[in-house]
Amino acid sequence: MRSYITRRAILIIPTLILVTIMTFLMVRFVPGNVIDMMISDNMVGDTPIEVIRENIEKSLGLDVPPHVQYLRWVGILPQPEENGGGFHGILQGDLGKSLWTKRVITTEILSRIPISMELGIISIITGMIVAFPIGIYSAIRQDTIGDYLGRSFAILCIAVPGFWIGTLVFVLPSIWWGWSPAVEYIPITKNFGANIVQFLIPGLIMGTASAGGTMRMTRTMMLEVLRQDYIKTAWSKGLRERSVIIRHAMKNAMIPVVTIIGGQIPTLIGGAVIMEQIFCLPGIGRYMLDALGARDYPIISGCNLMMASILLVVILLVDMSYAWLDPRIRYR
Amino acid sequence: MTEDTYAGTLPIRKKRPFLVDLATRFVKEKPLGTVGAVIVILFLFVGIFANWLAPYDYNDAFVGGKLEAPSTSFWLGTDNVGRDVLSRIIYGARISMFVGLGISGLATVISTIIGMISGFAGGKTDIIIQRFVDAWVCFPGMFVMLTFLAIVGQGVAQLILVLGIQGGIAGSRLARSAVMAIKSNTYVEAARAIGCPTSTILMRHILPNIMAPLIIMFTMGLGGAILAESSISFIGYGIPPPAPTWGGMLSGNARRYMIQAPWLAIFPGLALSIVVYGANMFGDALRDLLDPRLRGGLGRYSGGPTRRPSL
Repeated sequence: MRSYITRRAILIIPTLILVTIMTFLMVRFVPGNVIDMMISDNMVGDTPIEVIRENIEKSLGLDVPPHVQYLRWVGILPQPEENGGGFHGILQGDLGKSLWTKRVITTEILSRIPISMELGIISIITGMIVAFPIGIYSAIRQDTIGDYLGRSFAILCIAVPGFWIGTLVFVLPSIWWGWSPAVEYIPITKNFGANIVQFLIPGLIMGTASAGGTMRMTRTMMLEVLRQDYIKTAWSKGLRERSVIIRHAMKNAMIPVVTIIGGQIPTLIGGAVIMEQIFCLPGIGRYMLDALGARDYPIISGCNLMMASILLVVILLVDMSYAWLDPRIRYR
Repeated sequence: MTEDTYAGTLPIRKKRPFLVDLATRFVKEKPLGTVGAVIVILFLFVGIFANWLAPYDYNDAFVGGKLEAPSTSFWLGTDNVGRDVLSRIIYGARISMFVGLGISGLATVISTIIGMISGFAGGKTDIIIQRFVDAWVCFPGMFVMLTFLAIVGQGVAQLILVLGIQGGIAGSRLARSAVMAIKSNTYVEAARAIGCPTSTILMRHILPNIMAPLIIMFTMGLGGAILAESSISFIGYGIPPPAPTWGGMLSGNARRYMIQAPWLAIFPGLALSIVVYGANMFGDALRDLLDPRLRGGLGRYSGGPTRRPSL
């Protein structure tokens, strides 16, 4: 087990380095229009455009070769004198500043993580509550009406777009009962109940969307396990159905489901971009979307890097829990 | 040919072409999947023949006809500019189907190429490619797609390119494991022993044998691609207005009028849900038929594409 963890943890390092390179390269494609936008903002007196452009490129650190820029961004090389020198990079936990507002990106992201996490946790929990009972029922009553309904419901969960339901939540209740969800973020410290209600609606929408996948995975895994010899043994011992399903089948079927829930996290983060937008929650998705609108590239790369690193760790944890739950994996 | 020669003498079962056989089995064994296939084909036709089917042009704005409730002249009402919602949904089907098929097709091709190179070459090449794929799938898809769309700009071609590449890299693992499962078969070894060049082995022996997972990947990807396109158009990074995208119809200025004109909110989303539902049902049923590991190990395709059973 320990060697498995060590091996996996070591493998994460090259991936993490590649992630930083990819994030950096994305920003390297900054279209000229951002600098043009900044030039028009910085037009003072009759300084020639070339000089302004040079100054802006210098202040953004674009005047040195790419590898130097990368190493500065990572924090291995010191920043140029004009920017105060010193090491300010990822290794120091510094993602730079916003191009426009000049706010520190790391603190901005950290202040938004709890919001996105609350949304994510609520949707994972609601997803599991919806998915497990239906998935298991579908499997043990395979090819019955109940199974067909369950499977259709699962596909429906995947097919109905969250942003549509999110839109309808604003439209229909308002027509029927004159009620509509809050459009302003209510901090949890200010009003606990209102905050939970506010997060529950988008959380539920995202949760049901991901429940579709979990439901199908649960069903597939249950079916696979129910065909195994030890289940036959359990039946032939005369155990009750409940005992066979819960004690023998479910325990084994749930293992891969852990992975699928872990694997849904990227989708949840993607869905959060839309939900945070619709329900006006100032999470990371919203931050990213606003930055994209303003072409604020340091923020975009910061968000990308942050999310990729979080996901990398989550995937590692999921794989570890998988190995811990299923000893067969460790000895591969 | 042979069947004809022996038709009178031996009771040989007539061999039907693979696709015909598959289609017959599909309709017989998968009623829900058939419904899905019918939905997809229906929307495909609606998209192709949008010019003839739509009562008005998607951009015809009727002055004085803004926010009209559904009626005999405007079946699904009109929007805040006075455009017929039904016509826009019909033209929207064209965009959705075209973009969806484009994305899913491109993604499958890219997956196949990466998967074949990585899976067949093995060794160092495989390790290096896989580290890149690992790193790539760490980024949440939505973030990457939005970042690239912000760089390359908006439009149909850009959307297909960005979403196709994203899906292709993410899906390449599946293609890779399918290739690796086939690679270890004796007939591949035999082909190499008789001196087949690598390209022949890849095209004649590997590719036909991973067709099943590839077809599954394509059909399963279709619904997701349509959904992704509409989500991105919804948040304003997809196909720019006035193109009638279903996602775009639910966003922008129309949102302000939805409470007084709920048909603006209901119908585009309904069309989207129906087509994605159909595509998923179809893909699912096809997967069950082509990948019978999930049904007890009977059928044509053996050799699992993934270590863990797919969804």
